[in-house]
Amino acid sequence: MTISIDPQKTNNESLQPKGWLRYLSFSLDHKVIGIQYLVCGFVFYLIGGTLASAIRIELASPMSDFMPRDVYNQVLTLHGTIMIFLWIVPVVNGAFGNYLIPFYVGARDMAFPRLNAVAFWLIPPSGLMLVASYFVEGAAQAGWTAYPPLSITTPQSGQIIWILSVLLLGGSSIFGGINFIATIIKLRRPGLKLMQLPMYCWAMLGTSLLVVLSTPVLAGTLILLSFDIIANTGFFNPVLGGNVVVYQHLFWFYSHPAVYIMVLPAFGLVSEILPVHARKPLFGYTTMVFSIMGIVVLGLVVWAHHMFTSGTPPWMRLFFTIATAFIAVPTGIKFFNWVATLWGGKISINSAMLFSCGFIINFVFGGITGVALAQVPFDIHVHDTYFVVAHFHYIVYGGTVFIIFSSIYHWFPKVTGKMLNEKLGILHFIITFIGFNLCFAPQHWLGLNGMPRRVAEYDPQFQFVNQISSLGALLMAVSTIPFLINVFLSVRNGKDAGDNPWNALTPEWLTSSPPPVENWEGEAPLVEEPYGYGKEISEQK
Amino acid sequence: MTTLDSSKEIQKNNSEVNETHQDFRMFGLITFLIADGMTFAGFFAAYLTYKAVNPLPDGAIYELELPIPTLNTILLLVSSATFHKAGKALLKDKNSDSQKWLFFTAFLGIIFLICQLFEYFHLPFGLTDNLFASTFYALTGFHGLHVTLGTLMILIIAWQSRINGGRLTSQNMFPLEAVELYWHFVDGIWVILFIILYLL
Repeated sequence: MTISIDPQKTNNESLQPKGWLRYLSFSLDHKVIGIQYLVCGFVFYLIGGTLASAIRIELASPMSDFMPRDVYNQVLTLHGTIMIFLWIVPVVNGAFGNYLIPFYVGARDMAFPRLNAVAFWLIPPSGLMLVASYFVEGAAQAGWTAYPPLSITTPQSGQIIWILSVLLLGGSSIFGGINFIATIIKLRRPGLKLMQLPMYCWAMLGTSLLVVLSTPVLAGTLILLSFDIIANTGFFNPVLGGNVVVYQHLFWFYSHPAVYIMVLPAFGLVSEILPVHARKPLFGYTTMVFSIMGIVVLGLVVWAHHMFTSGTPPWMRLFFTIATAFIAVPTGIKFFNWVATLWGGKISINSAMLFSCGFIINFVFGGITGVALAQVPFDIHVHDTYFVVAHFHYIVYGGTVFIIFSSIYHWFPKVTGKMLNEKLGILHFIITFIGFNLCFAPQHWLGLNGMPRRVAEYDPQFQFVNQISSLGALLMAVSTIPFLINVFLSVRNGKDAGDNPWNALTPEWLTSSPPPVENWEGEAPLVEEPYGYGKEISEQK
Repeated sequence: MTTLDSSKEIQKNNSEVNETHQDFRMFGLITFLIADGMTFAGFFAAYLTYKAVNPLPDGAIYELELPIPTLNTILLLVSSATFHKAGKALLKDKNSDSQKWLFFTAFLGIIFLICQLFEYFHLPFGLTDNLFASTFYALTGFHGLHVTLGTLMILIIAWQSRINGGRLTSQNMFPLEAVELYWHFVDGIWVILFIILYLL
């Protein structure tokens, strides 16, 4: 059933690049592709982070003195688009998914290796195109949401390049999603049951379903938007009889699930990391699976809570408020399960664990403001203010990016065979955690007091709080320095990790570090209890 | 290095593995078609919303003539049946019959496209005239793109099913099955489109 064929030595193997050069090649090895996604994503994270710093420098003073207003608009558009489509989505899905899923299902590669490589290689050109659009008459200015009529009336070339780039990235995402669904459902090792899969597989299955169902709608919408811009049609242009609210519905039909596309894989990753470092089985496996699927279903029917101020009729407001409040239930179940996993465990305080705990704290806070934002009266008050910015960053930075770092600390020994330096790791965590909260917590206050988002200038009474926020952003920028030093030093002369430094039970740790091509020397091991910590375990292999 | 790399070898050596391998290519294709269907669903949703809430300017024409699209519906439905015939013939190792049916299917696809263009040239409205016109062209155009790609793929597999040296045989049915599924999908979308756009 699985690929039990003897690894066919292809005749042109001598032509395949070796060493680090394979990371620049059209490699079909899922591990190489995973690392390509991660490194490429991190480069874009640095670019997006630089743009974020530029935004915070601008906002340190009430006037627009650091850059002109239209440049500010371009910077915030590029920041949002790069961080979402080129950093978080590719890394949390593509990088960890490609690296881990074949191990978890006991396969030697993904179901469609060539499609996998194509999906990755769509990303660098579209990212470069997006960044380069800044130098051609200026980048898009309409924000990452590209709401018309703003996106129709701002300079065209930047907006069209933005659309093309997002279409390519969406294509890459759909190809990846098809591959993950096929791998998890069809490529499982014989004898491995669905309910024995590590939780990350379930998270990726749910995420990929969302990708396949919602991304095409965004693609269709952006095609219509590009017709409005180039061909002078009036789909979303009120002057020509069009309807802007239709764009918002179609856009959020993708972009609300997109939040779950960014955060569900993080839920899966944290479910892998916590049991290992707390030496306890994952609490409530079955409820975890059902809550992931619950989030997938509910995630598809909550999109209009982004549009409470767009003339939404009362019945629609009622429905979407209730549906959104309901989604807190499965999410809450997962949080209780993680806390219960930690409860009474033999917790090792290391960088991976610290980032995971940071995730739990930040995400609970972001979740609470999310439930608050689902309530129509409150939402109308804070719509398009810094409160929304704070909520969103608590979810995607405090949530997902913390888990990305946690996962890097957790799986670095597997990928390279070397340990990361723990002292630098803990320093990285402390600066990130303080910087992040210093940057975004004050923005709740700013939003409640009515500071609008996406504007380069603001009322001088907000200056002090904005400066605190900018100081936090500075700390966040600084926090990448110990991380980068750590990675470069450890790759060159880190401590040898051995095959299984954490004594973990999930399948990827049962092979050598770094794993060989095709993942296992012999047959793939059958892991029936990936979280059987503290139990008598019959021979795993 | 991977299964796909060595797929030709496997086909010769290990028919059992080949079976399961075909299976998931089909699975991947079905997943892709679901995604593609969602794009159309988005367009249909936009069209129906416009119809419900956006009144057209006075004097706008949005009644469509029915004969050509009805003919087109029949053409596509017949082409689905002829494609099925091609598959049946190939299964019985009658490659030349199969090839004839495939060419006939492609021919029907081309006639469909010609009729569609004929309709475009004789419509009383253009792309930017009003919201209905824009949505009409976007929907039928996007579907027409699918028909064009489908026709090209049918021509390719028809060439591959030639008797001397063609790689499409009763042992290697996947290309034909994949294109057939795609073609049925495009037909199905047309039927929905015909009902929503022309009849409603």
